[in-house]
Amino acid sequence: MKLMDQHKAVITVVGNDSIGIIAKVSSVLADNHVNINDITQTILEDIFTMIMVVDLEKSDTDIKTLDEKLEKLGEDMGLSIRIQHAGLFNAMHRI
Amino acid sequence: MTTDFEILETIRMFQEQHLDVRTITMGISLMDCSSSNAEETARKIYDKICKRASKLVETGNDISREYKVPIINKRISVTPISIVAASSGVKDYTIFAKALDRAAKTCGVNFIGGFSALVHKGFTDSDRYLMESIPESLAATDFVCSSLNLATTRTGINMDAVRDMGRIIKKTAELTADKDAIGCAKLVVFANAPEDNPFMAGAFLGPGEPECVINVGISGPGVIKSALETVRGQDLGVVAETIKKAAFKITRVGELVAREASSRLDTPFGIIDLSLAPTPVVGDSIARILEEFGLEDCGAWGTTAALAMLNDAVKKGGTMASSFVGGLSGAFIPVSEDEGMIAAAASGKLSLEKLEAMTCVCSVGLDMVAIPGDTPAEIISGIIADEMAIGTFNGKTTAVRIIPVPGKTVGDMVEFGGLLGSAPIMRVNTSSCAEFIHRGGRIPAPIHSMRN
Repeated sequence: MKLMDQHKAVITVVGNDSIGIIAKVSSVLADNHVNINDITQTILEDIFTMIMVVDLEKSDTDIKTLDEKLEKLGEDMGLSIRIQHAGLFNAMHRI
Repeated sequence: MTTDFEILETIRMFQEQHLDVRTITMGISLMDCSSSNAEETARKIYDKICKRASKLVETGNDISREYKVPIINKRISVTPISIVAASSGVKDYTIFAKALDRAAKTCGVNFIGGFSALVHKGFTDSDRYLMESIPESLAATDFVCSSLNLATTRTGINMDAVRDMGRIIKKTAELTADKDAIGCAKLVVFANAPEDNPFMAGAFLGPGEPECVINVGISGPGVIKSALETVRGQDLGVVAETIKKAAFKITRVGELVAREASSRLDTPFGIIDLSLAPTPVVGDSIARILEEFGLEDCGAWGTTAALAMLNDAVKKGGTMASSFVGGLSGAFIPVSEDEGMIAAAASGKLSLEKLEAMTCVCSVGLDMVAIPGDTPAEIISGIIADEMAIGTFNGKTTAVRIIPVPGKTVGDMVEFGGLLGSAPIMRVNTSSCAEFIHRGGRIPAPIHSMRN
């Protein structure tokens, strides 16, 4: 079973809407040379939900460190921000 | 390209439906640890395990974090100790159990399986020494699990071993009486034991396995139940398809984790065990899946049919998702480890006899069943004999992990704690089988095993 695109990751942001969420997350990603491939974002009953598909190929930061930085940003903003390898989603939802 | 819906569905499976990888088990061969001196063998056992498994827990934690997949347990399975210790010149094998226990603690795993013997055709001297050492060894250690294979479809049933194990289980219970016979929760007897089972207490690395291997056990009763809630009232064909698709996704999680672990630990990938394994947590129950089929209680008529379908659909969905499937691979029905089973057994809706019927169509057997402490050894042997017959004559794996709790009787509850859960003492038919058991000997292999 091939895992497609080993350097792609998925970031999920969930929590209460506030000003600057996309800007602040994008800022952390830009600082670490992480490219954003796709963003989808919606507000479900006042809960802000954002999914980003990002590319880690040009980043020197490993996913564990990114996870820590994003987790910290999330805590500061009262949101849950997680980053995980995209391989999992491809593995589960494709034959 | 994965859709947003699929991403959110995946996250929901982990966060709300208790999807997890139940165990990464590293199998380590101890064949090269034999020596003619017991202390030296014990030292070699300890050293080899610590060398091979030093990074297991850390790697499991890393994978878990990077993929956001909970990996509940990291465990180790080893070559049956009766083989490893055979030339060591001692009769008390507790020294080897203690070496396993120390190694498990050093590596940070929470169980180590393989204090085992394969006696389906008869005993070696070493097998006997191991068996007699079991009660003391399980009382003296925390993380060691013991198992015995008493029967196979090809060789028949070793009824001498069945007779002996009734007595040994009782002694194990007595020696751990102060902890509600917890020793017996770490002891399993099998018919047709798989050599690559990653789950405890029956995990051991069989003689046909390689030097070192990674086997993964996944789990997802909550995911299956949630999927079934979307097809209430629909016909059983739809139910089967729904379970298959959910099982596919669950198994893919295990496959991904297994391949990552194998790569990072530089150890070959063995198998995924597809078993649906419950925990005592609400929302993680096999019994509740069966009730979702439309049964008032797990244990009602219809339970065996529902379980047969569930077990089969899990296998069909899971086999497509993985390159190598092995271990037990079916639904588990451990009474103490399943919130719905506990409730059904405590209210009397689920009997031991019904559980026995269920073992004909699922993967484990009579598992984590607590019975009165005064049950005679012969009756325990009789229970084992019946389970061995079901496995041997139907070409499947069956097992017995039974706990006679000293001082407790029907109506009492036993608390084991953690993943081992709690269990109501179940009623046992007290008709005697002592004469049958004391005959001993071998029940010959069934004719359909002659496949050549």
